Amino acid sequence: MADEHKKDVDAYSGVDTTGHEWDGIKELDNPLPRWWVWVFYASIVWSVIYWIFMPAWPALPGMDGHTRGLRDHSERANVAAAVAELEASRAPMFTRLTEAADTGGISAIEADPDLLNFALAAGSSAFGDNCATCHGAGGQGFIGYPNLNDDVWLWGGSFDEIRHTLHVGIRWESHPDTRFSQMPAYGRDELLNREEIAAVTDYVMTLSDMIEPTEAGQTMGAEIFDFQCSACHGADGRGDRTQGAPNLTDQEWLYGGTRDQIYNTIWRGPYGMMPAWEGRLDEEVITALAAYVYLLGGGESETITEASAADVINTQEAGR
Amino acid sequence: MTALAGRPKTGLDANAMIVGGILLLGALWSLFAAASGADANMRIHAWVIGLGFVLGLFGMVGVYSSGGVERDPAQYNETIVKYGVVASMFWAIAGLLVGVIIACQLAWPALLSWDALPQLNFGRLRPVHTSAVIFAFGGNVLIATSFYVVQRTTRARLAGGVWPWFVFWGYQLFIVVAATGYLLGITQSKEYAEPEWYADLWLTIVWVAYLLVFLGTLAKRKEPHIYVANWFYLAFIVTIALLHVVNNLAMPVSFLGSRSYAAFSGVQDALTQWWYGHNAVGFFLTAGFLAIMYYFIPKRAERPVYSYRLSIIHFWALIFIYIWAGPHHLHYTALPEWAQTLGMTFSIMLWMPSWGGMINGLMTLSGAWDKLRTDPVIRMLVVSVAFYGMSTFEGPVMSVRAVNSLSHYTDWTIGHVHSGALGWVGFISFGAIYCLVPWLWKRKGMFSRALIEWHFWIATLGILLYITSMWVSGIMQGLMWRSYDSLGFLEYSFVQTVEAMHPSYIIRALGGLMYLVGALLMAWNVYKTIKGDVADTEDAVNPQSAAIQPAE
Repeated sequence: MADEHKKDVDAYSGVDTTGHEWDGIKELDNPLPRWWVWVFYASIVWSVIYWIFMPAWPALPGMDGHTRGLRDHSERANVAAAVAELEASRAPMFTRLTEAADTGGISAIEADPDLLNFALAAGSSAFGDNCATCHGAGGQGFIGYPNLNDDVWLWGGSFDEIRHTLHVGIRWESHPDTRFSQMPAYGRDELLNREEIAAVTDYVMTLSDMIEPTEAGQTMGAEIFDFQCSACHGADGRGDRTQGAPNLTDQEWLYGGTRDQIYNTIWRGPYGMMPAWEGRLDEEVITALAAYVYLLGGGESETITEASAADVINTQEAGR
Repeated sequence: MTALAGRPKTGLDANAMIVGGILLLGALWSLFAAASGADANMRIHAWVIGLGFVLGLFGMVGVYSSGGVERDPAQYNETIVKYGVVASMFWAIAGLLVGVIIACQLAWPALLSWDALPQLNFGRLRPVHTSAVIFAFGGNVLIATSFYVVQRTTRARLAGGVWPWFVFWGYQLFIVVAATGYLLGITQSKEYAEPEWYADLWLTIVWVAYLLVFLGTLAKRKEPHIYVANWFYLAFIVTIALLHVVNNLAMPVSFLGSRSYAAFSGVQDALTQWWYGHNAVGFFLTAGFLAIMYYFIPKRAERPVYSYRLSIIHFWALIFIYIWAGPHHLHYTALPEWAQTLGMTFSIMLWMPSWGGMINGLMTLSGAWDKLRTDPVIRMLVVSVAFYGMSTFEGPVMSVRAVNSLSHYTDWTIGHVHSGALGWVGFISFGAIYCLVPWLWKRKGMFSRALIEWHFWIATLGILLYITSMWVSGIMQGLMWRSYDSLGFLEYSFVQTVEAMHPSYIIRALGGLMYLVGALLMAWNVYKTIKGDVADTEDAVNPQSAAIQPAE
């Protein structure tokens, strides 16, 4: 074969060709670039050194699974240690938080600026990854998902009530003590006809002075309300927190306040759910979350005003 | 076509019988699956598959009723390469378009998701994009160029009679089956290996035929030696066959159903998947396209390959080392640490073998560097090799565990992939097609050199926007994820990181759009060239005759 090679010299570079030619393509007989060879060797040497120090090769039977390396390095052990270290660094404050919450409630937390800052940091971190999906990044809520910044509370807005709601969830059937109530689907289940629902919609809208009273609303609507709705929402429509029944006389509407939205809510009977966080989040994280939500602005207590909570949150944001 | 009438044809030979038999079996299976498939998706999908087989059978009848496929041993089979070039162009536009759509979906999710159209959900369109650009565009470029290069560098007509056509059309059918399956929601949830068992089986048949056609052509070569491009093509074909078969081992739930259980589970499945996934990059997107580089750069530059010795050493080093590097996709997972170490160190050792190809590609230009100024096609090929060099350096860096702890799961990975995909794979393919079109259709040159210039600059800027926005986005994302406040709590929630990436996503979509615009200019240029509007062109190529030259 070698005899077939017609070696010639490339005129530009002065380098021999190999004598092969394919479809007009020739090859120069340049050596391997030295730097290329040395970097290649260096990468191999570096790898071998790395293998000596780190877990690297599956081993023969009886050799404990794989080579351990001189450092006996374990990423698994490292991450477990890092998590343990982090938890240990937070543990004293969490203990203080739980004790304060159990003994003095929110006012005990507020009385201690360090504790307050800690609760807000822990709460906002947990809120962002667990609650914001439904309630919004700022807790502003969406249709069907309550706004947590205002002072409208379905199941109670005191620190203890919020904490309890977080524990047991709402209509979360796998928790035995979940907060539970159910509004009938008046239209879908044919408890009321369209005309009746329209009339009761009229009546409900007059409760918050959104419309002028109508004939149907004041007669048929009022009668249906009295018979069907007042048991939960109260005879005056001011709601009942023990049943999670919203106040219908304010301007806040969980499922929207237009005529169509209210009609539709009566038609389908909403069944809003929130998971029970007990068992999913640590006890102390739930406590911190309750404090955070409470301090978003709407918490109900004699000892805190909305302005002071906003100050605390602003201070904390600025500290970042 | 009258000029072709006198050329020898195969007649109805045994090859035709076997191919016809395969198509008939396929059509029958589709009929059963359409009528009594185990699930609704299967019954719909079987219609698409069956239509493909029936069209194939009609095609066979048409071809063999007029004497069979051509077999003139004095001529190269250029017709199939022409088909491949057109298919490549078509799939490039399709794949890039879907890429721009899903980039926009990420930038404006509320605006571009429709509950009523689950087929257009990001989760289903994303594999359509990846499969369309990698397997449809890239695969067609590889098949077309390999059929061209292996003939020219062996001075032999493509072997196998009808089989190359079976490979070409069978591969298109695989692509259509894969893509329509994704839209229907049929997937085995393995990245870059999403098609279900029946599509995988079909691709296996097509791929074995491809290997045999390639080997058959090499076997009847009239050159004593096998050119380096063909080593790379062969490594690509053989290894992809191996990867495809092993990673897709699965048991169908029903032989008339669209679901299957993978043969592996847990971390074994993950390791098999990334052994496949990484070597799909290594052997499909690297070895295959290096083969393209080794033919088209010396041809276009009209210079000898820089170093024969380097080509041998880096070829063997590359294929030996690449196959080990997959575990670097599984750092900090359930994969045992020793396997992660091997994946990382082999990735580091892979750096120089990868760069051997870059050196050989760039140094082949010595003596022809002035062409960078005058020939946008050369510039495209050279920039392609530069992107190859950059991403094959970035890859080993990202495989280092400490770097990976920041980069993993972030957009940095997306940027890295696209500097390779848009820069290296895309540009080397476009450059090859710009060479091939005038050669195949016997034109003086491409219709417009100015359009090639525009394509080059728009696409290059598009790539830069894409990868820089993803670097910024990815590194920011990684830093935000690991950021703790002074009290020991995560500083940012996940949604805050998503919000922070929004501007980068818009820039990325813009970069992708520019790349698509470049490809559209190219498609127009290719169309005008094929039509023959080349009288006034400044682009001039050395013609390549379809007649096989006798040995010197």
